[in-house]
Amino acid sequence: MPLSASEPYDLAVIGAGSAGLAGAVAAAELGLSVALLDTAVHTGGQFYRTPAPVMGAVRPEALHHDWSPYADLRRRLARSDVRHLPGHHVWSVTKDVDGEGTGEGAGEGAGPADGPWAVHAVTGADGGGERPVRLRARTVLLATGAYERQLPFPGWTLPGVVGAGGAQAMLKSGLVLPGRRVVVAGSGPLLLAVASSLAAAGARVPAVVEASGYLRYARHPRALVANPHKAAEALVHGAALLWHRVRVRLRSAVTEVHGTDRVEAVTVTRVDRDWRPVRGTGRRIECDALAVGHGLVPQIELATALGCTTRPLPDGTTALALDGLQETSVHGLWAAGETGGVGGAQLARAEGELAGIAAAARVLDRPAHGGRVRELQRRRDRMRAFAGAMAAAHAPGPGWSGWLTDDTDVCRCEEVTAGQVREAIEDLGARDARTVKLLTRAGMGWCQGRMCGPAVACLAARGRAAEPLVERRPFAVPVPLSALAALDDPAMPRPDDQGETPSEPGAAPGGDG
Amino acid sequence: MARTPAELVGAQPGPPFQITFDGRAVTALPGQSVAAALWGAGILAWRTTRGSGRPRGAFCGIGQCYDCLATINGEPNRRACLVPARPGDAITTQEGHGRAALGV
Repeated sequence: MPLSASEPYDLAVIGAGSAGLAGAVAAAELGLSVALLDTAVHTGGQFYRTPAPVMGAVRPEALHHDWSPYADLRRRLARSDVRHLPGHHVWSVTKDVDGEGTGEGAGEGAGPADGPWAVHAVTGADGGGERPVRLRARTVLLATGAYERQLPFPGWTLPGVVGAGGAQAMLKSGLVLPGRRVVVAGSGPLLLAVASSLAAAGARVPAVVEASGYLRYARHPRALVANPHKAAEALVHGAALLWHRVRVRLRSAVTEVHGTDRVEAVTVTRVDRDWRPVRGTGRRIECDALAVGHGLVPQIELATALGCTTRPLPDGTTALALDGLQETSVHGLWAAGETGGVGGAQLARAEGELAGIAAAARVLDRPAHGGRVRELQRRRDRMRAFAGAMAAAHAPGPGWSGWLTDDTDVCRCEEVTAGQVREAIEDLGARDARTVKLLTRAGMGWCQGRMCGPAVACLAARGRAAEPLVERRPFAVPVPLSALAALDDPAMPRPDDQGETPSEPGAAPGGDG
Repeated sequence: MARTPAELVGAQPGPPFQITFDGRAVTALPGQSVAAALWGAGILAWRTTRGSGRPRGAFCGIGQCYDCLATINGEPNRRACLVPARPGDAITTQEGHGRAALGV
């Protein structure tokens, strides 16, 4: 912790999932003062979501594989001086220009780390708290994870249609299911994990519907051979699905949801290798919920707002371009985990630790090298290769738009239909997602285009490869005007003034943390 | 084999408590979000859209999609998947932007 409230932290870590935890703990163990901000009450991010301690879950790990590395990080966090700030929704990271000279550490912060940075957050369970916060840091590690990519289809706005990751999150933290018979559909390895958790928790899963074929992985034999743990993971899920008699339908998609006010059934249709639905192959499956997702999208808007360089991934998403030590193109700003391309919790831990070591080296003005760094880099490169193979295998085919009807909502927030989007493209000449947005309002709602953005970009490309979508959201989360007004207030609260609960209790049995 | 999520993780939650949804009593468990409590009661929709008045509820489950907006204790536009349920909470279906009283 900084010696005085006005002194910046050595490192602010944004996101307390696998990457952020590993980075925060590694940097703190090397002597840095670290603040760890996260929207949630507990650490773990989306992957290691757990029921609240008051749920008294004696086996929270029953809903997770690979639990022990997380338990280890939690123990190390509890032993460290890391300042864990739960319920902090970071809406912007800026160069702390007005912070210069206001604190005794400000001048010093302009040293080797080129800081300090200002991290702006709103607080509370959903960011609605009346207490905006600004904290200063010499270096920043972005570990903001990812959210689920969605593609629209007729009926996807009906209650009972939920994100696959969403169903998983609600199950892990709230111990609830969206229905009794839940079809799992979309594309990506997450579907298998979600289906096996739902089935283990008592849901009947009539089918897992995957639009790609798993044979596509065979095009990347070296990445497969180098990552046997991934094959083992798939086997565990596969065996669980067999045990629960869940049928996996490859090269198929849910092309329609039936029901008036909630899900009653879905139509599953075969798709060709471009995901174009094959006529006459539709089959109705009765269910009361559908969990759907098409892979994950790196959450990088805090970085793109600062001008960080990005790179397109084989699955059409955009990730941050990072150097060998996880630094972005902006000096003093690191990133780890899904922000550099979706690759899972194990990769995120390796990258987080690497970034933590690199930030510590910068702050302490020492070179970052040595056996541990080389080992982490080797592990990262091996797992990154697999992540690339995975992204290529589950890249949405351009034919998916074949299942849209003109009245299908594409933008859930603004209720913009596929017909309106088509009109903007075919009649009004829109060629990219931004122009479609200006003409139709698709992507202008509460979610800022997170749900419809990938689909709109794909539709605007009209069958060609969509231009990589670099989302720029100057406000990463909605911010009340009162929080903006408080920016000029010299008495802007700092987390240190709040009497926050310090780092969570951590390793106590019962799943807290 | 577990029949419920709570059995699967061996949950021994504290005593359940009551919240209301549009005046109807709903039982919640300590530690559940408002959305989880509503799902637990089989309720999947607690908002109608601004345009066509269609029902919506939790979709992304992690606070990204804003489809789960609800009016909680009179305050509209709260993300039900993030806000913890508390004893006595009154959840009401949010119609449109939830601020009809302002006349906008």
